[in-house]
Amino acid sequence: MNLTAIKAIFVFEMTRFFRTLLQSFISPVLSTSLYFVVFGAAIGSRIDTVEGVSYGAFIVPGLIMLSVMTQSTANASFGIYFPKFIGTIYELLSAPVSFVEIMIGYVGAAASKALLVGLIILGTAFVFVDLEIAHPVAMIAFLVMTCFSFSLLGFIIGIWAKNFEQLQLIPLLVITPLVFLGGSFYSISMLPPLWQTITMFNPVVYLISGFRWAFFGEAEVSIGLSLFAIALFTAVCIAVIGWIFKTGYRLKT
Amino acid sequence: MPAIVSANDVTKIYEGGFEALKGVSLDIEQGEILALLGPNGAGKTTLISVICGMVNATSGSISVGGHDIVDDFRGARSLIGLVPQELSLEPFEKVINSVRFSRGLFGKPRNDAYVERILRQLSLWDKKDARVKELSGGMKRRVLIAKALSHEPRVLFLDEPTAGVDVELRKDMWEIVRGLREDGVTIILTTHYIEEAEAIADRVGVINDGKILLVKDKAELMAQMGRKQLCIELQEPIAEIPAGLSAYELVLGTDGCSLEYAYDTRGERTGITALLRDLAAQGLVLKDVSTSQSSLEDIFVGLVGDAA
Repeated sequence: MNLTAIKAIFVFEMTRFFRTLLQSFISPVLSTSLYFVVFGAAIGSRIDTVEGVSYGAFIVPGLIMLSVMTQSTANASFGIYFPKFIGTIYELLSAPVSFVEIMIGYVGAAASKALLVGLIILGTAFVFVDLEIAHPVAMIAFLVMTCFSFSLLGFIIGIWAKNFEQLQLIPLLVITPLVFLGGSFYSISMLPPLWQTITMFNPVVYLISGFRWAFFGEAEVSIGLSLFAIALFTAVCIAVIGWIFKTGYRLKT
Repeated sequence: MPAIVSANDVTKIYEGGFEALKGVSLDIEQGEILALLGPNGAGKTTLISVICGMVNATSGSISVGGHDIVDDFRGARSLIGLVPQELSLEPFEKVINSVRFSRGLFGKPRNDAYVERILRQLSLWDKKDARVKELSGGMKRRVLIAKALSHEPRVLFLDEPTAGVDVELRKDMWEIVRGLREDGVTIILTTHYIEEAEAIADRVGVINDGKILLVKDKAELMAQMGRKQLCIELQEPIAEIPAGLSAYELVLGTDGCSLEYAYDTRGERTGITALLRDLAAQGLVLKDVSTSQSSLEDIFVGLVGDAA
């Protein structure tokens, strides 16, 4: 293992993150605050409780998940796409590093950034709503797993993308709708029966449900199923990345 | 001298079916400056990309310092520094961070003293905290060299190092390359400027259409392959070349005052003695005689033309 190389990639990526502090931190905090104002205060005041939790508190896990998933994917995809775009990928390919090390560096940095953003949003949430976390350790564990699995997905997108449009395509057309429709802002039980069934095919439902359980001790699907879903998702991503590394897909000619 | 880079029958066929390398075998000796000369699209960059790991060879094998570039890619690549043709740099990063990153990527522990020495050598120390995007093209080229040298490579590949670089900087670059050789670094540079190969290379490899046409000691190449011209100026102009001199295939100058005779220095007999005797026999009075040797460029054009 070339640990020095992993560290170099990690530090380089994190420097970019802190260089663009406005975009990295302030924008997720601002957008989350807006969600709290609009959904929590304005609309939430007309909704009593959802599953025994005030609506403002109920949307916190969903909001964090929304940001963390978007951030992980965006960070990781941009992280590996940018060197491809500006040509500096030559350095990664000609260095004595394996693809696994490259992946750990980029995915690790992307996941760390997303985790930071998630924690900042959680901190912001405490400003707006009364919040108690039932299972803090499980909450952090879910958060970390989500950061890593979506960073893996982002890494795949970044390698696959041939231009900036493709880089935005999957987050925009797939991830955002899945997260919004995955119960970020509502309980699945609020939906008509047919839609409840359809929703069960959305993998994000399991992640948000598990995460919400860590906060409130109540889950819409069993916690075991949530863990299984996240493990399956991670396994699929790792398998795809394994295949990319084996074939050099879109990295080497 | 043992070969530090050894390529054995390397081929590369790109997905579209384009055959960029058609069985290249090449031994690069330790400590030399080898110039790979060839026109655009000859396969120079593909060859370098295969050796450095950016492109997978279709067949054949390459070793660097005895390490196979596939089976022992870490061993091979840690010896190699690469300066690419394009100015590919992260634009928003500081010069010094960019160089430190390269060193880390190659698994070398941080060494500020060494990085400072490299940056000073390349006249970049003043710019160490500047963002890459603020630098001129020539400075960016230097940053690329600094990055390539940051991990103390034994073999340095320079892909078209002086393309689009002004004369001043080109001379600087040659100085840097010579300095590196003195430190024992083996240097392979590609160029399509003959002048460059002529100025700094120890050996010259000519590559065209995916094949290495020859690899020779530069002086030897010029001596062996060089054709020389003997230019004879006459006291009195003549209207046509006398029939008795037809065997020499002389070319008469437009003013009728000069004769040009081309001969091959490789030949056993240059024919000069006989020519001068026959000139005298024809009653021609000579005013002056001079010779000129063909440059690498002429040799190159000859070789590439023959192959085509």
